[in-house]
Amino acid sequence: MHNFLFGIYPYIALAVLVIGSIARYDRDPFTWKTSSSQLLRRKQLIWGSILFHVGVLVIFFGHLIGLLTPIAVFDALGISHGAKQLLAVVAGGIAGVMALIGGLLLFHRRWTDPRIRSTSTFADNAILLLLLAQLVLGLSTIFVSLQHLDGHEMTLFMSWAQGIFAFDPNAAGYIENSALIFKLHLFLGLTIFLVFPFTRLVHILSGFGASLRYLFNRPGYQIVRSRKRRHPAE
Amino acid sequence: MKVRAQIGMVLNLDKCIGCHTCSVTCKNVWTSRDGVEYAWFNNVETKPGTGYPTDWENQDRWNGGWVRTKSGKLQPKQGAKWRILANLFANPDLPEIDDYYEPFDFDYDHLKSAPEMKAFPTARPRSKITGERIEKIEKGPNWEEILGGEFAKRSEDYNFEGVQKQIYGEYENTFMMYLPRLCEHCLNPACAASCPSGAIYKREEDGIVLIDQEKCRGWRMCVSGCPYKKVYYNWSTGKSEKCTLCYPRIESGNPTVCSETCVGRIRYLGVMLYDADKISEAASVEDTTDLYDAQLGVFLDPNDPEVIRAARAEGIPEDWLSAAQQSPIWKMAMEWKVAFPLHPEYRTLPMVWYIPPLSPIQNAAEAGAIGTDGEMPDVRNLRIPLRYLANMLTAGDEAPVATALERMLAMRAYMRAKTVDGINDEAIAAKVGLNGRMIEDMYKIMALADYEDRFVIPTTHREQVEDAYDLRGGCGFTDSNGCSTGISSGSLFGGGKKPLKMPQEVR
Repeated sequence: MHNFLFGIYPYIALAVLVIGSIARYDRDPFTWKTSSSQLLRRKQLIWGSILFHVGVLVIFFGHLIGLLTPIAVFDALGISHGAKQLLAVVAGGIAGVMALIGGLLLFHRRWTDPRIRSTSTFADNAILLLLLAQLVLGLSTIFVSLQHLDGHEMTLFMSWAQGIFAFDPNAAGYIENSALIFKLHLFLGLTIFLVFPFTRLVHILSGFGASLRYLFNRPGYQIVRSRKRRHPAE
Repeated sequence: MKVRAQIGMVLNLDKCIGCHTCSVTCKNVWTSRDGVEYAWFNNVETKPGTGYPTDWENQDRWNGGWVRTKSGKLQPKQGAKWRILANLFANPDLPEIDDYYEPFDFDYDHLKSAPEMKAFPTARPRSKITGERIEKIEKGPNWEEILGGEFAKRSEDYNFEGVQKQIYGEYENTFMMYLPRLCEHCLNPACAASCPSGAIYKREEDGIVLIDQEKCRGWRMCVSGCPYKKVYYNWSTGKSEKCTLCYPRIESGNPTVCSETCVGRIRYLGVMLYDADKISEAASVEDTTDLYDAQLGVFLDPNDPEVIRAARAEGIPEDWLSAAQQSPIWKMAMEWKVAFPLHPEYRTLPMVWYIPPLSPIQNAAEAGAIGTDGEMPDVRNLRIPLRYLANMLTAGDEAPVATALERMLAMRAYMRAKTVDGINDEAIAAKVGLNGRMIEDMYKIMALADYEDRFVIPTTHREQVEDAYDLRGGCGFTDSNGCSTGISSGSLFGGGKKPLKMPQEVR
């Protein structure tokens, strides 16, 4: 069971994330959107959304860099495992609290505002709950981390994550003896990957893609499209 | 010189009777759907008033349009690209739906299904968003109809800038005009510039500005970017929508629905040739009062052999060139100079232009003078303050608006002399810098306004853009996503928001 959840499930989740996103982008681009509800109610959104998004982005990149950078890089830079763990706990803790406050504001708005409540789909509510649960789990792991500050536990998670991407069949073995709260956090994270293509989360990809293209791939501001055929029929 | 063609529009406000037929027919065709109940691609406002959405002209509040930076470059007023991206999480300049109005419907069914009661049954309003009872409707798309509401509120109208407005609150001095508004299909659209997804584009062939519904991701920067507030966020589909200039009709040579159904025959559609290379230069002139002239400089004379040669080289079809030569837009904007862009100071180079309205003469003594000896009243004595119109149409420069109004008065005086007295009084025409033949042409197009004179629309050249072999068995015009209707109810990836079930009155 452990091997399935942390050795095989990651591949299922990542495969669905990639293939599902490509399929949705290709087959149903009309449904690819942020589903913003700012027009209907501005109140609580400005603070909630900014806190939530900034917090989540910091956490996301923290995890990405923290988990997938080979440990040898940190060793070469002279950053001790303990120091790295402390950085992760502090930065992640602050960003996590930001995201949690923002998320709770957004959740309160979504559940109590009649306009937002009546226009929310099941998926809108479910994904917000899922993310909030993941934030709570993630913040809870801090208390476990503080029990052992040598950074050893953290390097095990790095080995696991890098093992998954290196197709190491024993990847799950690294975290066999980790605390339950960590395992729950990992499982829920993978589940978020799994449902990603079927929810509004796809706007994350557009957020990065559109921003980069807007800044670097659009000369000036205007776009003109021609209907003339570029390739006349042969 | 890079010649492009654009379908432009002129609205003769002098003839607008404020019947809202344009708004209603547009609504029925384009926005009678979930999520855009509140959106009017075309609406008619009573001026002076704060309009729809409320206070839309106040760009200090909404940050729409463009600004010229110190270095002389243009950038959207809501900020440069990085600033716009920084607002993706929450757009501080986005109007809330209450700035338009909360869409509502009435419990009509209660009128026939109510049980026997002491009082007559009534149809009470309900929100179209939540389905909940609205006790009091606070706002609508035309809330200031015929100067509705108190003057203190209406006088917040941005066009009163530089006008001693207090006297216009008095009954004897009050004035009123209608302003029908739609997307301006700008040469320098701020909505397109604000869109991070690149979903908004201007069509090269006819200048129509459209939103690609499949590329729109709902970042809603266009809504705040457009200074005319004519891009609407569909809260059901999560995409922005706007006036399409009825492009399926335009492509087949028909006028837009609003123009076709206009009772007062105030709307004109025609081709304008413009130089795409001059756009950024014209939009970034330093002084806002120069923007009107700068935009005139972007237009190209369709009778100039040089222009015709360049247009042919760009592949502009012959019938588009001849349509440009007969264009009523060209005549009114360029030859007679009676039409003006709406708020040129937004630097968008709008392509829906307006002929300012005449109004009754303030001073009765001077009014007696007209008609008898061809003496024309001073346009500064018209009931609508010249400065007010100038603020709306020329960024505050009164001279061009005064000339236009004088020419319209001269047209009346000349035609009156001709039909009543049987005299062709060239002196009247000469006084306003025209000649008799031009005035009779003006009269034919602006006063008689035959269908063929109002709408000179060449059909699109499908043979240039489509392959008939690929089109066979196709499904024609759809909202999006191939042959689907645009709202995929049971899709794996989720469809629109769930349709609202309107609750019925409980007995």
